[in-house]
Amino acid sequence: MSSATEPKTDQRSGGPRVGVFVCHCGINIAGTVNIPELVKRAGNVPGVVAAADYQYCCSDPGQNLIRETIAKERLDRVVVACCSPTLHEKTFRKTCAAAGLNPFLCEIANIREQCAWVTKDKDEATDKASDIVALTVARATYDAPLVATGVPVKKRALVVGAGIAGIQVSLDIANAGYEVLLVEKEPSVGGHMSQIFATFPSLELGRSILVPKMMEMLASPGIRLMTYSEVEKVSGHIGDFKVRIRRKARYVDPEACTGCGLCVTACPATTKSEFDRNLAERKAIYLLDPQALPGKPVIDPETCFRMRRGECGACAEICPENAVKYDDEDELLEETVGAIVLATGYQLIDQEQIALYGIGRVQDVIDGMGFERLLSATGPTSGEIRRPSDGKVPKKVVFVQCVGSRDQFHGVPYCSKICCMYTAKNALIYKQRVPEGEATVCYIDVRTPGKGAEEFYRAATESGVKYVRGKVSKVFRTADKIVVWSADTLAGEKVELEADMVVLASALVPSRSGVDLARQLKIQIGASGFLAEAHPKLRPVETLTGGFYLAGTCQGPKDILETVVQSSAAAAKVLALFGQDKLYGEPTVALVDAEVCVGCGNCEKTCAYEAVKVDPVLRVAVVTEALCAGCGACAVSCPSGAVSHLNFSKRGYCAAIEEVVK
Amino acid sequence: MSTPVDDGALIRQIEQLSDQTITDCYQCGGCTAGCPVGEIMEPPPSRAIRLLQLGRVHELLDSQGIWLCASCMVCGNRCPRGVDYAKIAEACRAIKLRAKYSRVDPDTIVIDETEEIPQQAFVAGFRKFAG
Repeated sequence: MSSATEPKTDQRSGGPRVGVFVCHCGINIAGTVNIPELVKRAGNVPGVVAAADYQYCCSDPGQNLIRETIAKERLDRVVVACCSPTLHEKTFRKTCAAAGLNPFLCEIANIREQCAWVTKDKDEATDKASDIVALTVARATYDAPLVATGVPVKKRALVVGAGIAGIQVSLDIANAGYEVLLVEKEPSVGGHMSQIFATFPSLELGRSILVPKMMEMLASPGIRLMTYSEVEKVSGHIGDFKVRIRRKARYVDPEACTGCGLCVTACPATTKSEFDRNLAERKAIYLLDPQALPGKPVIDPETCFRMRRGECGACAEICPENAVKYDDEDELLEETVGAIVLATGYQLIDQEQIALYGIGRVQDVIDGMGFERLLSATGPTSGEIRRPSDGKVPKKVVFVQCVGSRDQFHGVPYCSKICCMYTAKNALIYKQRVPEGEATVCYIDVRTPGKGAEEFYRAATESGVKYVRGKVSKVFRTADKIVVWSADTLAGEKVELEADMVVLASALVPSRSGVDLARQLKIQIGASGFLAEAHPKLRPVETLTGGFYLAGTCQGPKDILETVVQSSAAAAKVLALFGQDKLYGEPTVALVDAEVCVGCGNCEKTCAYEAVKVDPVLRVAVVTEALCAGCGACAVSCPSGAVSHLNFSKRGYCAAIEEVVK
Repeated sequence: MSTPVDDGALIRQIEQLSDQTITDCYQCGGCTAGCPVGEIMEPPPSRAIRLLQLGRVHELLDSQGIWLCASCMVCGNRCPRGVDYAKIAEACRAIKLRAKYSRVDPDTIVIDETEEIPQQAFVAGFRKFAG
């Protein structure tokens, strides 16, 4: 419960002592508003005992003036007429607190954004500014000296997704001494980075740089890894989240299993391997990859013969450790954490959306990730570049960029950022492996940001990769060749290319399960479809919901470097939170007068933050301050006036309106 | 052509007639890539739009390319920026035809040839090619 109470008596008997400080803001306000006139008028507003002006109130001398006046004139309310409260409300509240005045008895009258900047005529601007000041003074006299109550912070983090982003976030938080719960929906960790053969621009093998991170994570005592698990429900608020996690049935006891792999060899049921982009098959009992970590298989009930039609028991029969458990069940766990980092990653755009490029329709048209799998030693062709249809080594490969990207009509409007670089890398590797082969890249632009990137692209062209500038319009087969219709805009012509294999750089979209989870948690999703950061430049790892942070490609397309950078940044924000024992929110929250409240529930229906609910036992509404954002919607919706919004009272607003209309 | 309009107004007229925005094109070449007569159209669709972007409108109006367009609509259908070149070509042809220009002069058609050509083709041909 808040320790503040709504003033029930008229503050004016006994008289408030309001100080008004008018800021020039250089010429931003002074250039349009007549400051001396405004100060004079402010001095005449009822309740005002001191009115002054200064060039920049937010400066040290400006703040000193406010502090000195508070002491000298025994002020009990301060109104600063200046810029938007978004900029300096906190500053001036701190100033008042330093002078011994409760910070919530300080109000801002915005005469810049809402007056000087939008009014041309000086007289009009001065009149408007004077009205704004008068109404703010009136409202301020109904302010109460609020005190923020702190909520304790549970110093434990939940990280959703154990790709490189989730792994990096977890390491940074655990290395600082805090516990991390790392939840991954797949049976093993590593995300897309574990599918990639080589990275740009160094050509270091993906596995080589990923495995040390994975090993460090697995060995870290502070990180509790839960694979094959999903976050089902989150309630609570920053510092105190209650999370329900579903541990899916593996049907294999990971403690007993030694990872020998005999079960996989024995299993008769197969299905397409999504890990290998449908270029290979996997068994019903499977590991994503022979080098997966943790190396314990799970059974996919959709494919398993025993689970679908009761036949077979091959895996259980052959397992020397008796680790197969057909009667395994999902397990639900409830955990408490103080911060949640979403690192749910990306997926490639649905093949149906890019069907015109031939994928799924024309044999030997694959996507970039599929090509990575062909290059990988544990992939469908044991690391040899062979085309899916007949296993022959392709002598003419056409790489197509911008497949579904930069195209709002046939895909997504944004650029997927990494494709120019990985296409150059894949084409270069192809030329290294098949020197007599022809590699052609169809591009619109070649975007090479970052260290070594432009140099890498040059190396690709020097290795013999041909770059033809034109967007591909058609991919089809004639007899034994694939035909690609494109253009060479630099020569100003249409071109027709023949290919044995076509590799598409498909657009990146956020992982569907990540978006579903974000929707459920009411985390904002941007126009692009990716999870929304709180500010695109200045707050790139926070969300607008306190306690939720973002890391990696779930927030937008980016390469491994940027992912690691962002992950460490997200961890830093979590550590800043954990550095506090208690979290103090703004106390300008909703307050329910239990004697007036009839329990109608209108406020509960109105609240977007689930911060006010009708208590089933008390039969009146109760506010959870930690969740309350202080928006005031409930106070407006209450038919009996039982809900008030602290320091935004109806009486305060009525007094403000009276000042303006008189 | 002796219509005394300045090139800027002419380009605006093309944009108005076709309801397309020339500056939307980012010169990807996809239209040229998909054009069924892209090898022989001169200038091909993407270069045609480039000429307009550069203000070289008369070069386009005097070209052979705008008359070769069969309005198959693949260009506009595939364009990542939603620019329909078929409509732009149509607008260019309209400007020429309204000024009484004829790509195909009916008087030059030899009688013998007409027995092979279906009536419908004549009508369509005159509408498209004769001012």
